[in-house]
Amino acid sequence: MQNILSIITYWPLVGALLILFFVNKESSRAIKTIATFFAGTGFLLSLVLWFQYDRSAGAPTFQFIERFSWIPSIGVDYFFGIDGIAMLLIVMTTLLSFIAVYSSFTAIENRQKEYYVLLLMLETGMIGVFCALDFFLFYVFWEVMLVPMYFLIGVWGGPRKLYAAIKFFLYTLAGSVLMLLAILALYFFNSSGIPFLGIAGLGNAPSFDVLQFHQIGHLIPAGMQFWLFLAFFIAFAIKVPMFPFHTWLPDAHVEAPTAGSVILAAVLLKMGTYGFVRFSLPILPDAAASKELLIPVITLSIIGIVYGALVAMVQPDMKKLVAYSSVSHLGFVMLGMFAFNPMGIQGSVLQMINHGISTGGLFLLVGIVYERRHTRMISEYGGIAKVMPVYAFFFLVTTLSSIGLPTLNGFIGEFAILLGVANRSMVWAAFAALGIVLGAAYMLWLYQRVFWGPLDNPKNEELKDLTWREQWTLIPLVICMLWIGLYPKPFFDIMEEPVNYIVNKVDPGYFEKAHIEYVEPPLMERHEAPAEHAQLGATEAAR
Amino acid sequence: MTWADLAFLLPEIVLAIGGCILLLAPVLGGKNNGIAAKWTMLVLLAATTATVFVAAGAGTPTDALGTLFVVDGFAVFFKLLFIVIIAMVALLSAEFLTDGEYSAWEFYSLMTFALCGMMFMASGTHLISIYVGLELLSLSSYILAGYYKNEARSTEAAMKYFVLGSVSSGIMLYGMSLIYGVCGSLHLSTISVAVSTMFDNDALIIGVMLLGAGLCFKVAAVPFHVWTPDVYTGAPTPITAFLSTASKVAAFAIFARIFYTGLHNISGDWNSIIAAVAALSMIVGNLAAITQTNVKRMLAYSSIAHAGYALLGILAMSEIGLQGVLIYMLVYAFANIGTWAMVMLLSRREYAGEKVDDFDGLHKSAPLYAFAMVVFLLSLGGIPPTAGFIGKYFLFAAAISAGYAWLAVIAVLMSAVSIFYYFRLVVAMYLKEGKAAEVVASRQVRFIVVVCLIATLVLGILPERLIRSAARSIAPIVNLASR
Repeated sequence: MQNILSIITYWPLVGALLILFFVNKESSRAIKTIATFFAGTGFLLSLVLWFQYDRSAGAPTFQFIERFSWIPSIGVDYFFGIDGIAMLLIVMTTLLSFIAVYSSFTAIENRQKEYYVLLLMLETGMIGVFCALDFFLFYVFWEVMLVPMYFLIGVWGGPRKLYAAIKFFLYTLAGSVLMLLAILALYFFNSSGIPFLGIAGLGNAPSFDVLQFHQIGHLIPAGMQFWLFLAFFIAFAIKVPMFPFHTWLPDAHVEAPTAGSVILAAVLLKMGTYGFVRFSLPILPDAAASKELLIPVITLSIIGIVYGALVAMVQPDMKKLVAYSSVSHLGFVMLGMFAFNPMGIQGSVLQMINHGISTGGLFLLVGIVYERRHTRMISEYGGIAKVMPVYAFFFLVTTLSSIGLPTLNGFIGEFAILLGVANRSMVWAAFAALGIVLGAAYMLWLYQRVFWGPLDNPKNEELKDLTWREQWTLIPLVICMLWIGLYPKPFFDIMEEPVNYIVNKVDPGYFEKAHIEYVEPPLMERHEAPAEHAQLGATEAAR
Repeated sequence: MTWADLAFLLPEIVLAIGGCILLLAPVLGGKNNGIAAKWTMLVLLAATTATVFVAAGAGTPTDALGTLFVVDGFAVFFKLLFIVIIAMVALLSAEFLTDGEYSAWEFYSLMTFALCGMMFMASGTHLISIYVGLELLSLSSYILAGYYKNEARSTEAAMKYFVLGSVSSGIMLYGMSLIYGVCGSLHLSTISVAVSTMFDNDALIIGVMLLGAGLCFKVAAVPFHVWTPDVYTGAPTPITAFLSTASKVAAFAIFARIFYTGLHNISGDWNSIIAAVAALSMIVGNLAAITQTNVKRMLAYSSIAHAGYALLGILAMSEIGLQGVLIYMLVYAFANIGTWAMVMLLSRREYAGEKVDDFDGLHKSAPLYAFAMVVFLLSLGGIPPTAGFIGKYFLFAAAISAGYAWLAVIAVLMSAVSIFYYFRLVVAMYLKEGKAAEVVASRQVRFIVVVCLIATLVLGILPERLIRSAARSIAPIVNLASR
């Protein structure tokens, strides 16, 4: 199973190509079957990671390493490897991709072939982002992912789909091209330096190895770290999205088809926070910890939490409400991460998963009722618990999970974040707590207006309750909610070592101050030097 | 001139003779327009063989014609690229010439002469030989731009191109004469030695500026770009493809050669101006393209922007920068010709297929072509995993490593802007339900689209060979520059 990561990554792509080349576009049944098969088996394959991942203390931080030379002239490797954080995100990605495929059977009626092909391609892109440990490769996956998502919104979206799709694309692209420049600056810093800016290089072999950059993080001069952090910050903050870069999100969510929203909320937003955890914090620790950057980041996170919640409260459209709730929840994630202690970051990572599950679930649920009534306006509903009791049950569980009721997953994540943040600053924690209260308010109010009260809209009387298929899209999510809520230990076990690794990078003195014994485990088990990095083909040039 | 010179000039000689034969063919009895393309292909094949043969024979960089002409890796890289581009353009033209009232033989003969001029440009190491090559290319292009003799737009385009082009040639010549006055020679290596001892020599600086202005006109960089949209729109589409790829690539070849081997010692005198030109080209080109509804005009503005990107590679004055120019030219040529082939595909004869609307609903009538077009546009926009990304990567890396961080920021943001207008075509093809224009592709156009598609994808995913060959090709220039 040496290539397990590549297999998991490209498995959906295989399905996509199969559909593309061998299935007639009229045979919708075959398309759906193949797509579901590949998404489902993709999920099962990713479970291998869950079981094989070595959680023991002293186990290598990055596992399932695959590495070979891709573009040796410039030191680009095909370098895959994951730690616990990426592993959890990959499993979540495959699960939600499967659900997204499975939930689209009746929602998507036109151009089905293209739809499932794009959905599967998108899955490959997303998994690749979490697997890549080479910056160049990471960037390729990061950008590749944009195209299918653009089409998913643009073709199968709502009335303003064109606007939403291009806005999504341009926002993300504008951020990511700046990231490319930051990556290049890091690359030159690691190798030859940038003499014209007075930046001496370290003289290492040219490489885009992220782990290499982790090692040299503290060597980067503070001024350069500042600018690099800013470039990465814009790329990731747009993706998260943090206030004030969030404006693409409500548009994209409202216009996207249900499965698109699910993927967008559950996975694509996590790429921003994942970017912070994987790149910004360990590579640019001094900038991340410096006052002039930390305070703005925290402030924006807190504004995001409160602003997102307040705006969500007044939305007349259910999907928009959930979209703004994402802004608020992701503010939490950012806050926990920038507490720079194990509890905060663990909570933050767990909250990424939780948000994926519960917000993904909420979008599914909104999509289900939209498919029946073709409206998402809250005022159109009311009292539908009477006609759709099963639906009301699932919606309730998901709502409670989203607002962090104990015994459900949201609580664990928020609690860990609050613990971590309170450890750092009581004021931040107070704002975070305010966010939780507001979160409960808008979600419960939504529930109340939609499900309770008199059933006064005659159009709602005929609503059919969930079909078996729809229930099966939700059941896995509910199981996860209960599992994380009742017994989160396996998750914390997985995250512990990787998070300690990151804390140790971003704040090397942390463990000493906290009187915790910490020994950094080896980075990888098989450390293979990448194949000869020919110096720009020097040997051949000399000929 | 010796026999050895003749051997090294073989490709050019083949092309000159080939061009004459094509020109005379109708007189000699070749009435059939249809076989003109086939004969052109034969000439190109002969030229390719000759180029490869000469390159293999020369081995190390070899001077010919005294020192006017050199056969080195750089020249060979560009010569082969020119031949490929011209071959593709010739195939693209085949359809519109067979049913036309205009002679195909003349057309191909002009194209062959243009290619001959480009070959000279790639090999020229003396400003005069470069200039002669450039003029041969330009004169052929002026005629080709006006090839639709009876269409007002085509004639207008040719006229504009001719007048502005001649003026720019004149300006360039004047610049050369100043440089000659100061340095006492027009040979690039002599110039580079001579200028290294000069400080603040106004005549030299003005000479370099005028020379640069002429070159910027040829590559269509702002502020010497105003002719581009009109000429690109008015000229017959295959000729537009020719102008936006072949003549631009050739101009960049001499741009790179002159600035890397002739003027590198005084880079401090011209780099801020080139930086401004690059920045303006990227900004003006991309912003102006946004509002265009005519595809040809939009691509014209985008080609201005691409000249701006490529100038980053000149500006960087480094190995990675020059490598970037070579790689970018190659990937740009494939993506661009692919795009023009698509425009051709939609045009029935004259000027259809030019509006963005003409692409509406293409995914239904021609899914493969629509997909290919998306790949070309992504490549032009620099999105991985297409070849365009590799090209942009090198240019951005060059800008960063040379310390032009601000320029790199402009470049990347403008490439995000470019996606906005490129995607208007994607929107038209995939997201609009159009009249589903029936696509009748000739074999040749289909072939070109597929070739460009494969090249764009393969070079994007497996760029190693291209990067290595670019590194090999620039070695002689880098050796000269580091002297």
